[in-house]
Amino acid sequence: MIYAGIDIGSSTAKAALIKKNRLLGTHVIPSGYNPLTAGITVFDALLEKVAVSKTDIAAIVSTGYGRASASVKFADKAMTEIICHGTGAHFMNPNIRGIIDVGGQDSKAILLDKNGQVENFAMNDKCAAGTGRFIEVMANALEVSLDQMGDFSLKADKPSKISSICTVFAESEVISMIAGLQKRENIIAGIHESAAARVAILAFKINIKEPVMMTGGVAKNKGMVAALEKRLGFELIVEDFAQVNGAIGAAVLASRL
Amino acid sequence: MSDKSSDPKKINCAKKMRDIMTTYYLDAMTAEQNNKQVAWITSGGPVEPLVAMDIIPIYPENHGAMIGASKMGEDLCIKAENMGYSSDLCSYARTDISIGGLPKPDMLICCNNICGTVLKWYEVQARYYNVPLFILDTPICHTRYSPEVAKYVRAQIDEYIIFLEKITKRKFDYDKMAQVGKLAYESQVLWQKVLNTTAHKPSPMSAFDAFFFLALIVTLRGTQIAVGFYKDLLAEMRQRIKDGISMVPNEKHRLLWDNLPIWYRLKWLSNKFSDHNACLVADTYTSAWCGAIKYTDKNNFLDSIAEAYTRIYLNIGVDQMANQVLDMIKFYDVNGFVMHSNRSCKPYSFGQMDIMRIVREKTDIPVLMIEADMVDPRNFSHSQVETRIDAFMEIIKQRSR
Repeated sequence: MIYAGIDIGSSTAKAALIKKNRLLGTHVIPSGYNPLTAGITVFDALLEKVAVSKTDIAAIVSTGYGRASASVKFADKAMTEIICHGTGAHFMNPNIRGIIDVGGQDSKAILLDKNGQVENFAMNDKCAAGTGRFIEVMANALEVSLDQMGDFSLKADKPSKISSICTVFAESEVISMIAGLQKRENIIAGIHESAAARVAILAFKINIKEPVMMTGGVAKNKGMVAALEKRLGFELIVEDFAQVNGAIGAAVLASRL
Repeated sequence: MSDKSSDPKKINCAKKMRDIMTTYYLDAMTAEQNNKQVAWITSGGPVEPLVAMDIIPIYPENHGAMIGASKMGEDLCIKAENMGYSSDLCSYARTDISIGGLPKPDMLICCNNICGTVLKWYEVQARYYNVPLFILDTPICHTRYSPEVAKYVRAQIDEYIIFLEKITKRKFDYDKMAQVGKLAYESQVLWQKVLNTTAHKPSPMSAFDAFFFLALIVTLRGTQIAVGFYKDLLAEMRQRIKDGISMVPNEKHRLLWDNLPIWYRLKWLSNKFSDHNACLVADTYTSAWCGAIKYTDKNNFLDSIAEAYTRIYLNIGVDQMANQVLDMIKFYDVNGFVMHSNRSCKPYSFGQMDIMRIVREKTDIPVLMIEADMVDPRNFSHSQVETRIDAFMEIIKQRSR
C-alpha cells in the first residue's frame, strides 16, 4: 500500500509517498497561481519520478493553504499543516518534541507530546514579519537570490540592526542601509536576526521543548537557522527533508485513514 | 444562526425578539413626537433609573454590533479614519461616530465599567449633539470592593438621579424605581437560567444564539417585556431539551468562547465549528449581563447597584476573571476554550494571555487564541484563522480518541 501527502503552500507545492512506513520519494515545485493545478502537477511529477502508478495509491491527504481545493478534487482528506508537520517530524525522528516551521506566508512553533501528538501550537499573526516572504522581499531589494542569502549572512562581521517589524517599512530601512553603503553581508545577517526574533517569540510562547526540529523551506537558509539558534539558545535539528516534512506527515496521516 | 423557517433547529422566539426590537427602535425614533426623551447609554451602564423615569435608552454599542453583523463595519470605520480618528480606536466607537443614524439623544449616560474609551467617545458625542453628559466612574476592583469605592460609587448614583431630575424637570419616582429594579433582577435571573440550559448535552442552543438573544437583556432590562420574553425563551429551551433538539446536529465537542463575537463572521464561524461537530455552548460575553446578580438586592435595588455595576466581568482583576472562566469550563463541561483577541476591546483582550496560562495550568483542555476585531473586518485574516481553528479541532479530536 502506498500513501500520498500533498502540501500546497503559498510558495511551493510538495508531495511525498510512503510505503510500509518507509519514505518512497518526495518532490517540490513552485506553487504558481493555481493551488489545485500545483497540487496535481507535483503529485503527477512525483509518481513519474518514483515510477508508481496512480492506481497504487491507497489514500491521499492534502495540507497547506491549498488543502481545501485539493480535498474537493482528489485528496481523501484535508488536514492542517500543524498536525502534518507534527506527524512528519515524529515519523522521521520519534524523539522530536518541538518543531519550528517557517514557510512562505506563515511561521509556527509546535509542541509535541511523547506520542507525537500536538500538545500546543502558536502561529504568526496577520503579518509577514518572521516568514519566508519577509526574507524573499529583502533578497529582492538586495539583488541576492534566495539560495545565496544564507551564505552571505554567514560572512557578516557586524549584523545591521533592523528595527521595523513591518515588512514594508523594513524594506525601506534596508534600502537606506544599501544607500548608506553598509556591507551586504551585514544587512542580510540583520534581516535574519530580525526574522528570527519574530519566530522565537512563537517558540517561547508555547514553552517549546528540545529536541527541536526546524522544518519548512526557510530551514534551507543556513543564516536563518544560525540566527534562530542564537536567539533560542539551543541547536536546531535540520534535515534534508525539512521542506517536505509537512507532505511526509500528510502521507503518514493518509496511511491512518 | 437559527433563522430559516424550514430548519428544525430554528428557535421560535427569534421572531418574537425581532418584533420586540423593531417596536423598541420605532418608539425611540418617534420619541420626540410622543414627548419622550432619549438617553444614549453605554452597554454596562445602569439603565434602570432611565426606565423608571420613562426615558428611552439607546445603546450605540448595540448599534455597532448590528453594523458589524450587517457587514457595514469596514466602510464606516474608514469614514471615521477619514475624519481623523485612529484605526486603533474601538470599532464600535468609530462606526458610531461616523454614521450617526440613531435617534437623537437628549442626554448621554456613560459608565466606565466596561472601558476607558467610552469617556472620550461620549464626550465627542456630547459636543456634537450639544447635550448633557453624565459620567459614572466605577474604579476597577482588582481584588475587592473596598468601603471607599462603595461610598464613592453610591454617591454618584444619587448624583445620577439628580441629573435625571434636572433634565426631565420631573421628580424621581422611587416607588417605580423599586418595581423596575425587581423586573431587572428577575430578567437577569431568567437570562442566566437560559444560558444555563446549554449545560445540557447536547446543548439546545449555542453561543451564536446567545449573542442574538442578548439584545433584550441589554436594551430592555427592567421592563416586563424582557421578563416575559426570557420566560418564553427559557420554556422553549427546556422543551428543546425534552425533545432532544440540539443546535449542532451531531454535538461531540463542547467549547467555551471568550470576548465579543466577530459580528461579520458569525455564520462562517458557526458553520466552521458545526462542521467539526463542535458547539460553542457558552461564552464569557453574554453572561456579563447577569454575572453580578449576586451583588444585587432586589428589595434594595438602588443601594445595591453601585456594587453590582462596579463588579462586572470587565471591571475586576485578571485572577477573578480567570476564576469565572474556570467555573464556566467546569459547569458547561467544555473540552476546548476559544479566545478572541479583539483589536477593538482592550480591557477584554488585555489579560487574555494570563487567563490562557491559568486555564492551561489548572485544566487539561486546549486553548486557542484567534486575532480579529468585532466589527472591522480588515483585522480578520481568513486563512490564518481557518488554519488555527482546524488545527485546534484536530487536537481536540486527537485527544478525545
